[in-house]
Amino acid sequence: MPTIVDIQNLRKSYAGGFEALKGVNLQIEQGEILALLGSNGAGKTTLISTICGITTATSGKVTVGGHDIKDDFRAARSMIGLVPQEINLEPFERVLNTVRFSRGLFGRPADEAVLEKILRQLSLWDKKDSQIRELSGGMKRRVLIAKALSHDPKVLFLDEPTAGVDVELRKDMWEIVAGLKASGVTIILTTHYIEEAEAIADRIGVIAKGELLLVEEKDALMARMGKKQLEVQLTEPITEVPLALQSPDVELSADGRSLIYTYDTNAERTGITKLLSKVAESGLVLQDVATRQSSLEDIFVDLLKEDAA
Amino acid sequence: MNWTAIKAIYAFEMARFFRTITQSIISPVLSTSLYFVVFGAAIGSRIEEVEGVSYGAFIVPGLIMLSVITQSISNASFGIYFPKFIGTVYELLSAPINFFEIVIGYVGAAATKALFIGTIILITAFFFVDITIQHPIAMVAFLILTCISFALMGFIIGIWAGNFEQLQLVPLLIVTPLVFLGGSFYSISMLPPVWQVISHFNPVVYLISGFRWAFFGSADVPILTSLAAIALFTALCLGVIWWIFRTGWRLRA
Repeated sequence: MPTIVDIQNLRKSYAGGFEALKGVNLQIEQGEILALLGSNGAGKTTLISTICGITTATSGKVTVGGHDIKDDFRAARSMIGLVPQEINLEPFERVLNTVRFSRGLFGRPADEAVLEKILRQLSLWDKKDSQIRELSGGMKRRVLIAKALSHDPKVLFLDEPTAGVDVELRKDMWEIVAGLKASGVTIILTTHYIEEAEAIADRIGVIAKGELLLVEEKDALMARMGKKQLEVQLTEPITEVPLALQSPDVELSADGRSLIYTYDTNAERTGITKLLSKVAESGLVLQDVATRQSSLEDIFVDLLKEDAA
Repeated sequence: MNWTAIKAIYAFEMARFFRTITQSIISPVLSTSLYFVVFGAAIGSRIEEVEGVSYGAFIVPGLIMLSVITQSISNASFGIYFPKFIGTVYELLSAPINFFEIVIGYVGAAATKALFIGTIILITAFFFVDITIQHPIAMVAFLILTCISFALMGFIIGIWAGNFEQLQLVPLLIVTPLVFLGGSFYSISMLPPVWQVISHFNPVVYLISGFRWAFFGSADVPILTSLAAIALFTALCLGVIWWIFRTGWRLRA
């Protein structure tokens, strides 16, 4: 896939000396969903704001569709839609009107058919004449998305689209995002909900303290960083791990009824056969076995720990 | 130039104005009528003619200027401050438009509203006093220039303001005294010599004087000086706005 957003050595420092972005390099591929994971204050919003023109970079270069965001800002920004984290809307404005305004602001000629299509796509058409203040929180977020889509952007930035949104609405939002991807829009979303990235992203970037720690295909990342655990449940509880089985990878559960063995899925030998034969040799009787794969959350926590170390 | 964007901002701001059209019209009409009743009929009948014009008619240009200046500033400052306050400014900053297009949209709408109100006050005045406008084209030109230049100033105030108090501060503490002391209700020549000299440092004096000249053909200061003053003031505001545009002051982090 060709690169649609190219970020080269992007830095942003504030007057107080705080470095919000410490030389970020990132190539976003056309048509993908990229999730930027990071805790609060990691630099996710600064990165998005800088690309969109809300803050100015201290140094570095960003192009969108080949257009430099500074020298050729009109062409670059015309390709971008931004859904901000906060619900920034005029409370007394009406839905259709505010979306129409956004389209005009991006220099696109008035086209009621396009506006209707967007509002219908986001199930907002019934609310087109409602004032923003009459809408629920979820509906307001949809209005923000409608505004961002009003000028037919090729790249859509969603800054924490599901922060403070209940589970049902979150699933709803994921469906909307999937629908947008299907229509060919490249999507970059920031989140600190790891399950969100796990559910919808193609690639995952992890940001901490203004640095991009890694960017990788989600599946590859989970396979590479993922650890598996094998739980061996015993018929009779034991008080300590038998000598033959003692190793840093083997733990005894608190109730003494199971042994937990952690192994690397990518290793040539997982060591499972050996473990099981040792279990038999030690005179233990198996009741059941189960395996568990670590989630993206575990991987994320490990990464941050590594970074801090 | 992204004219579609300018049009979108202009239409959006004008729609806000027309939503509250009743308030927008009733308030200036009422206050102007009160001025005419108090100064024109009640007190004015005991004041002799000023520069050959009845006092009721004499105050018309000053009254229009008073409203137009106040309205231009408050409309433009609120227009750009409000998006900053509620956060919708992100959309202006991320849109494919440059700062001058934003200024044209907001200042254009604010000036139009002020012009609209100035016209309504002039129409109201015709119900109370007899006036003939000697230089109608110059009158319209002065009115439009004043609307634009003070809307530019209001835009700067709106960018500068960090809260609603600050938004009110400059109009209240600086503009209102300047307009009242700028000869809205009297001729500068009526003042003691020292105050006449001091008054010449008040930029509003030149505006009201020039505007009054357009009505009655007589003025406190030469008409060309008035024109030069308003041109200078407009240039100053444009200079500040250009600087804001260059630095992103109070807009872009």
